[in-house]
Order: sequence, then C-alpha cells, then structure tokens
Amino acid sequence: MSAPTLPSENPAAAVASPSGHAIEFDNVSIAFDEKVVLDSVSFQLAHGETKAIFGVAGSGKSTLLKLAIGLLRPDSGRIFVLGEEITHMSEKELFELRRRVGIVFQESALFDSLKVYENVAFRLMEEKIPAEEIERRVREVLRFVELERTYDMFPSELSGGMRRRVAIARAIITQPEVLLYDSPTGGLDPVTSNTIVELIVKQRDVYKTSALMVTHRLQDAFTMATHDFDKATNKMVPLPKGKRGEVPMSFLILRDGKVIFDGDAQQLVNSRDEYIREYVS
Amino acid sequence: MALELELISPIDVAKDIALAVQDYTVLSAQSLANFFRRPLYMGDMLQQADLIGVGSLPIVILTGLSVGALLALNSASSLERFGAVTLIGQLVSLGMVTELGPLITGLMVAGRNASGMASELGSMVVTEQIDAMRALGTDPAKKLITPRVGATAFMLFFLTIIADLLGLIGGYAVAHLLFGVDTQQYWTSIWQTLVFRDVFTGLIKPVLFGFIISTVGCYYGMSTKGGTQGVGRSTTQAVVASSVLILIVDFFVTKLIFAIFGYR
Repeated sequence: MSAPTLPSENPAAAVASPSGHAIEFDNVSIAFDEKVVLDSVSFQLAHGETKAIFGVAGSGKSTLLKLAIGLLRPDSGRIFVLGEEITHMSEKELFELRRRVGIVFQESALFDSLKVYENVAFRLMEEKIPAEEIERRVREVLRFVELERTYDMFPSELSGGMRRRVAIARAIITQPEVLLYDSPTGGLDPVTSNTIVELIVKQRDVYKTSALMVTHRLQDAFTMATHDFDKATNKMVPLPKGKRGEVPMSFLILRDGKVIFDGDAQQLVNSRDEYIREYVS
Repeated sequence: MALELELISPIDVAKDIALAVQDYTVLSAQSLANFFRRPLYMGDMLQQADLIGVGSLPIVILTGLSVGALLALNSASSLERFGAVTLIGQLVSLGMVTELGPLITGLMVAGRNASGMASELGSMVVTEQIDAMRALGTDPAKKLITPRVGATAFMLFFLTIIADLLGLIGGYAVAHLLFGVDTQQYWTSIWQTLVFRDVFTGLIKPVLFGFIISTVGCYYGMSTKGGTQGVGRSTTQAVVASSVLILIVDFFVTKLIFAIFGYR
C-alpha cells in the first residue's frame, strides 16, 4: 500500500522540552484495589522515537498509556510529558496539554452517535474552527488513512480495521507532538495490520511524531524496526541490513508491573533473559 | 463444591455510601457551576430538550389525563355521599397542581430519562468514549452532564404545566359526563380555589425533580463499571434512586412550603 500524504506536513516533535524527552516516567507506581499494576516504572521516550510496549494481558500496558495522557493519576512517582510534569496537574491544565497529544484507544472509542467526519473533526469543532477549514482538514486526514468514502458514515457501519483507521485520523488531525497507540493492530487481519503499521511508520519518519505503542504483535514492532518510510515512493520500504538500527524505534517489556527490558531491537534479540527469549520466540 | 461467603465489613459499606454521596455532590455542584463557565453547549442542550421534552410529551399527556380523571372519579364517589359533588373541581385542581401533576410527571420522566441517561453515559464509559472525550481535551461534565441537567429542569417545568392542564381536563370530563357537574361551575371553582402558593409549589417542584432526575441519571451513568452488565445495573439503580429521591424531596419541599406560607 502507498499511504497518501497530508499536505500540511509539519514535523512536530522538533521542539525540545526542558526534561529533554517527549515522555518520561520516573518511579511510577499505581495499584487498583490493592493490586499493584505498575511498580516503580521508569523509562524515557526521546523526541521522534517510537517505543513499542509489550507484556502479557493485565501487565499494565494500557494503564501506562492512560497515565501518560493524565486519564489516570499515579499513586507515586512522576510523569513528564513534553517537558511538563503532569502528575499534579489539574484536569483543566491537562485539557490544554492533551491538545498536543493524540491517543488511539484499543477498541477505537469512536463516538457512536456521531458520523465519521464529526468524530474526526471533534477537536477542531471544539476549537470553533470555521466549517470550511474543518471539512478540508477532515477530508485530508481521511484521505491519509484511505477512508474518505466513509465521511458520512456512522462508526457502526465500519469494520474493525476501518474504525481503527478513523481513530488514527482523529488522533492525528491536529498533528500532535506525541501519539499513544493502544493495540492499534489487535484483532485485525494481516493486510489491515500492515496498513496501520505503515501509517504509524509514516507518522514516525515523515512527521517525526514521538509515540508509545502498546501491542501484542511482536512482528509489527519488528516490521517498524526494520522499515522506514520513503517519501519519494510514498511507501514503507525495508531498510538495508546494515542500517536497521538507525530508525528511532525501541522496545519495552513489562512483567508483573515492572520494566524488565528497555532497549532496541538488536538488544532484544540478543537478550539472555529466559523470559524475554521465550517471549521473542 | 464448598460455598464461600465473603463477609463485608459495615465500615466498608458506610465508607462506600459516604464516597458515593460525595461523588454525587461534586457532580451536581459541577453541573451547576458549569452554567457559568465557557463553553456552554447550547446545541447539545437543545438536542436534549427535544429528547426529554418533546419525547416525553405522549406519556405525560396520557398520565396527566388519566390521573386527573381518576382523581375526579375517586373523590366524586366520596363527595356524592355528602351531596358535595360540585367540589370536585377544587379537589382535582389542588391535587393536580400542588402534588400529583409534578410528582407523576417527575416519576414518568425519571423512568424514561434517568434510565436513558444512565445507559447512554454508561455505554460511553465502558467503551472508553468518555476517556476519549477527555483525551481530546473536552470536559465530559460540560459537554454531557450540564446540557442534560439544564434541559431536564427546563423541560420538566413545562411538561408539568401540560400535565396539570390535562389533569384538570380529565377531571372535568369525569365530573361533567359522569356526575353532571356544570362546565362553568367546574372551571370557576378551580379559578377561585388556586392561589399563588399552590401554583408556586407546583412549579418549584418540577425544577427540583428535573435536577434530581438528570444528576442521578448522569451520576450512575458516569460511575458505571463492569461492561454491559454494569450498564444494566446503572440503569436500574438510576430509576430507583431518582424515584425515591423525588418522593423524599417532594415531602420536604411540601413541608417547607407549609412552614413558609402556613397551612391552608
């Protein structure tokens, strides 16, 4: 597939934050009903980097994303997003920060009573942008995810993969500096998964968006680590063997609420940890 | 298979109740405070007003007519024994305007709309749409709760007026057709009976009931847990809690009005 272009290409993540990272977790812990979900989790996401987060079901991957956008508050530790500490921010301050961060939820979380264009335009409508401008940008971003024909449809009329792509369109319409993907390819067929992986790679390589991507599919993350987006052909292309470590892609593995691995693809493959070796195989 | 019973500490139950009351109070206070904060979602409020007001009209018309007619029928059988059947108009008007009109309309709208709000918002919670809204930088309390509170309180006021009027018409139909009460006598007795405090009592209640219906419906919706089963539970709880609260508040408001204006 060749992904269409967004005309307003504007590499967003070039702005350096005071902490020097797009996202930083510092000893973050959270528990629900006395069950510890994340236990002293620390990691950094560099600007322009995409970090794939792995772990078995219930290991706290989605919780980590919700903490990163301030939908949940940690019991202890500090979280920095785009240089600002969000740990003690009021909901009103968080609303402002969230304008610079996009999220794609596991089940898409599209507003089922709104049409596709209203879903995608939601943030622009809230910002009272003129209707013509909204329509132009919605059509652009829907073209980007190859779903312009769904403009007037309701989410219930779309397939799972289409809903996921509409959710991506909704997240990227304002060109956020950070994107959070919660299992963007989960439960999808290989062709649709590949389309979505290509969109994520394009966001990473063309728009330089920093991203955290929760996934169960190791093959998707390895595809992202071994491919980059070629603007000339408008396609995701495999990297030559010697250049595979050059894409800004890293891996993080959670086990029992703790980070047991944080590194690049090469380090992951060479890890001697039995659990990781079993996971990778 | 051994049956395991888990004992729940009364302190934990008390804590849960206190927490729920606290959360409900915060949600209610926020919903009111948001009327004075921008943005005010007038479009959403009009949409809800249409859904709650126009949508509830058929059921309010039917119950208003029925209750007025039943009130006339039941009181007439007693009044007839004393040869005072001409007093039907007084009884129906007082009963409908001060008590039954607001109460029946409130309970009907509670059954229809508190459940609707709880199920709609509950579904949004379990499908992460509320989280998505927050993530998109929009306050769900402003966008979803305040328009519902404003629309319900506003529309219940007018629905109650319609229910009162139809109750009086229903009472008239029974009084005139079954007991031969003169038309002019019936309506004149109503006009002469009702005073400011009756109308005031009858119109302050729907505003309070509207507030209760919407805040309770939204509270249970927003605190939904546990998937589709949780949505069903929230819906039932919203109807039960709003109906009970309406009855309790009705008693205290009536008592307060009596304390302010004195007994008739």
